[in-house]
Amino acid sequence: MDNNAVRCRKVNKIFAQGELAVHALSNVDLDVAGGGFVCLSGPSGSGKTTLLNMIGGLDRPTEGEIRVAGQRIDQMSMSDLADLRLQHIGFVFQAYNLIPVLSARENVEFVMQLQGVPANERLDRAMAILHEVGLDGLENRRPGELSGGQQQRVAVARAIVSKPALILADEPTANLDSVTADKLMQLMRELNANIGTTFVISTHDKLVMSYAKRLIKLHDGKIIDDIAQSTRRV
Amino acid sequence: MQTPFPMLITIAWRNLWRNHRRSLIMLAAIAIGLWGMIWMTALMRGMVDQMIDDAISTLSGHIQIHAEGYLDDPSIEHTLPGVTQNPQLHTLLNSQQVTAWSQRIRVPAVIRSERDIYGITLVGIDPQREKGLSFIADSVMDGQYLKSIDDKHVLLGRKLIEQLETKLGRRIVIMSQDPDNNVAERGFRIGGIYDTELQATETSYVFAGIETVRKMLRMGSGVSEISLLGHDYRHLDGLAIEVRAAAGAAETKTWLQLDPYMASMLDVMDGFIFVWFGIIFLSLSFGLINTLLMAVFERTREIGLIQALGMPPGNILFMVLIESLIMLVIGLLAGNLLSWLTILPIQDGIDISGVAEGLEWAGMSSTLLPAVKTSDVLLANAIVLVLGVAASLFPAWRASRKVPVEAITRIWQ
Repeated sequence: MDNNAVRCRKVNKIFAQGELAVHALSNVDLDVAGGGFVCLSGPSGSGKTTLLNMIGGLDRPTEGEIRVAGQRIDQMSMSDLADLRLQHIGFVFQAYNLIPVLSARENVEFVMQLQGVPANERLDRAMAILHEVGLDGLENRRPGELSGGQQQRVAVARAIVSKPALILADEPTANLDSVTADKLMQLMRELNANIGTTFVISTHDKLVMSYAKRLIKLHDGKIIDDIAQSTRRV
Repeated sequence: MQTPFPMLITIAWRNLWRNHRRSLIMLAAIAIGLWGMIWMTALMRGMVDQMIDDAISTLSGHIQIHAEGYLDDPSIEHTLPGVTQNPQLHTLLNSQQVTAWSQRIRVPAVIRSERDIYGITLVGIDPQREKGLSFIADSVMDGQYLKSIDDKHVLLGRKLIEQLETKLGRRIVIMSQDPDNNVAERGFRIGGIYDTELQATETSYVFAGIETVRKMLRMGSGVSEISLLGHDYRHLDGLAIEVRAAAGAAETKTWLQLDPYMASMLDVMDGFIFVWFGIIFLSLSFGLINTLLMAVFERTREIGLIQALGMPPGNILFMVLIESLIMLVIGLLAGNLLSWLTILPIQDGIDISGVAEGLEWAGMSSTLLPAVKTSDVLLANAIVLVLGVAASLFPAWRASRKVPVEAITRIWQ
């Protein structure tokens, strides 16, 4: 039985750029234990986003094996991948996080609706989580009527409301001021500590890295450093 | 996983109004396209219906029975026994299948006034039976309709009155040929003047009581033709078979056989409707596909996000189809309303007398009455709806296949 939330073996990803083949990931081996709080760091083009894509089942590796929640995902059909993401993975993107035609509450309810959660329960859970992320009174606003920080908090609320085993976040604080970013990271760490949700976060932000239990550095598609660290802030 | 219909409908509905200008243009295109289908078809259908009605009411009826050889030589020599001589036919003509019937004598003749002389067709009729069967009972505008089968007056068309330079109440003389090939002639007083849409009808037919004509032609109880109306001019095959069986050796023909030009017009009209619908839909479909493709292209990131969150490709395809369906349904409602609003004021017909001469050549009247048939309206709606959804399949499929590679890449970046 595989207790890792994520397991990557010899993962390669090659993009064709004209006649050139670009190795975005080269023989990446990575295990993320359940309940981990991992940051992927590295310069632009180091493969952070590509690795997140692979783990999230948003793209397929050229070679290698990826398992999420014990299931091998690199050969899954699109529908099965969608189902895996729905049941096990939450996403927080850097931008364009929310569905613009839905209100904050409806965005939070979105995943639960796909999961078939009854309407009353959906509403209760959405309102509770919006309260938790400090968005009381803003639940009926559309994304265009919310600030960048508020939008990110809605995205986090949506990612955590159905209590997925794994949350993947790509530069979640990129568009936030330092105070808001700090609050967001504290929220994530609380979830990690209280619920045991596994986080894999791609970031340049030193603040985000300071919250990580484990810091993985990538360069030219390879893992060059893997540091377990005691976090300074919780 | 269940398909979250309410959520898909909500998203599709709101997406539709994100670019409200584009959606409104597309809705207008659908509405005007449907209006074009219904309106044009109503006018064309009305035109053909009227041509057929005119043809049927101008003495042909739905089915006619003649003596053998009459159609090749419509003279007094080819006559049938009257209906009362054939009990089986008499029973059939008085059954529920027949809405009106009459028997006539119809012979070529010459009419002479003090001023001029013209060739005509003399028609001896039963005035009561012609009501509801042919145009003549309702077309007498001056003077009086014939009162009985032995009425001594004649009815002339207004154009013939002008040509003969005569008028109501004056005497004219009609000459024809009796069964022994002798000249049969008689003087009549003009009892009524009738008007029709077609001048050719007014100059061709002179009506008199059937008994009066028999006496003039010195013939027995025979008739030239028996004409009858069924219930629907398009569906006469069953009735024609029964009439043919009852009429025996006589020739029984439907109006479609008697007037092949009109029959072909009917076929051409049905074909035209499909071609017309096809042309309009083709133009519509380009707009629809383009609108949806644009909408999908603009929302690539969003579609990627939705799929990243766990919506399966099938639901994304369904969501775009719902968006198309909503647009089609609203467009169709508007199109039907527009059609109704524009056809309502012209229900009594459009006066096209400015081109009456040209139209008469084609057997058309100078007033165009639109004929809205439920089947045409339903067909137009169904074509737009079904083919519209079919045309949307491509953009919807594109949307569902975008994810994860291109769309997601755009999200992360």
